[in-house]
Order: sequence, then structure tokens, then C-alpha cells
Amino acid sequence: MTATTTETTFVPSFDDEDSGDRKLAIICSKGNLDMAYPGLILANAALGEGVETHLFFTFWGFDMINKKTMEHLKFSYLGNTAMHPPGSSSSMPQGLAGLPGMTAMTTKMLKKQIADLDIPEVPDFLEQIYESGGHLWACRLSADMMKLHEEDLYEGVEGIISASDFIEMTDGAQLLFI
Amino acid sequence: MATTTIAGQTYDVNEEGFLTDPQVWTEELGTELAKLIGIEMTDAHWKAIRFLREDHGVMGETPTLRRVSTQAGIPVKELFALFPKKPAKKMAYVAGLPKPKGCV
Repeated sequence: MTATTTETTFVPSFDDEDSGDRKLAIICSKGNLDMAYPGLILANAALGEGVETHLFFTFWGFDMINKKTMEHLKFSYLGNTAMHPPGSSSSMPQGLAGLPGMTAMTTKMLKKQIADLDIPEVPDFLEQIYESGGHLWACRLSADMMKLHEEDLYEGVEGIISASDFIEMTDGAQLLFI
Repeated sequence: MATTTIAGQTYDVNEEGFLTDPQVWTEELGTELAKLIGIEMTDAHWKAIRFLREDHGVMGETPTLRRVSTQAGIPVKELFALFPKKPAKKMAYVAGLPKPKGCV
């Protein structure tokens, strides 16, 4: 069954050739649950568009790839005046954020909202990015400071590299610092 | 609205070239659409495409890559191998559906 079109068929331009050159580098420097997601979501979106994507985990961002902590990132709204209870426009009182048990409660709330949207938890999300061909790199300085080695990190991490290695590797890439 | 001719038939498409009416789709048309983007359909391709059709029928929107992977049980890596580079959009195109709206 061959296409017998006589005129040119209008096909979406999936730009297989053009997007081959596009590269995205994302530096993940935060270890709070809410700040882990922007990098993961953008990396996943970029990979889905055929963009070569590199993530560099540094400082607090190390908690995203440290096997001991990656499942237990937390969310506190301390210092974040934009935090409203779901569906409300009034800010939560900052003074309450520091009360014992509050971080556990807000973490639970955020995790539920994320799960309700069928968005994976951090380890699953990293797995999806890795499976989609994303490159995960750990920062040498952070590893040394925190006395962590490759075996402490998520298996998909390709290596512990220096900042200059990362800069060299992402030559010509668009860069995001989160 | 734009139209295009595929295998001798004329279809309405949007500005990107995706079919606008999910009802006109048949598996034969899916095979033709796949050919247009350089994909030869196999059973593995069909497993994904049939899931997209079913899920769109139930949910009223095109499933995201993650949803195809978790609900149809096809690893993300395999989806990238079957529909290279832009699997979510390519699957939607072959299935005659709009591209997925979800972020993840």
C-alpha cells in the first residue's frame, strides 16, 4: 500500500535534522523538593523534543542524586511568601512555617499535589530522564565536600566531573541555573 | 483550515499538519501517516498507537509519553527507539490525535 499522492503531502516538521544541534545544560543547585522539579520537568520536556540534555548536580542539588536523600526531599514555605493553601489566594503566615512538624506537613501536601498530576517522584523522574537519553553529572567539588563517591549516587549518574569539564562538555549549549 | 492528501484521500489538518478530526482515523491511515515520517509500523509500534487511541477515547486527551509508558507498560527507552527524537508528538501524529498538552 504505497501513498499515491500527486501533490505534496503536508507533514508536520519534526525537524529531525535541525534539533540535532540544539543542546541544553541545566545546573541543579537546590535540594528542596519544590526546587528539584523545575530542572527535571524542563529536562524531560527538552528530551521529548529531541534536544541533547545535560544536568549538572551541585551543592544542595546533590540531594537529588544522593541515594540516601533523593526520596526524602522536603518542602518548607519558610521565606516564601507566595505560598497559598491550594485553592486560596491568602498567604500562609510565615511564623507558622517554622513550627515543629510543619515541614513534614507541607512536604506531604506538595507530594500529594504532584502525585495527583501523575508527575513522578524524584527517583522515578531521574529514571525517566536517564531512559530518555538525558546525561546526569555530579559536581566534583560537592562530592569532595560531602565525602560522597559514585557508589553513593543514583546509578544513572555518568560521572563525577569538575566544573570545567562540564563547561567544556556543554560548549554551545543553552544554560539554565536552578 | 488546511487540508492534505494522503493515499488519495483529502484530510483536514491543523497548522502543524496534525489531523484535526480523530474520527477519520483508521489503522490503514495510521500506517500511511507513519510512512510519511519515516516509520515502518511493527507490532511494537501498534501496541503504543492502539493505547493512544483507546486512552484518548476514554480521557478525551492525548496521553503524554509518561502516561503511555506507565499505563501501556512500554519503557520510555523503547518509545524513543520506536519513534525517534520526539516520541510523544510522533505517536500522536500517527494515531491521528492532537499533540499531548501535558507537561510530563
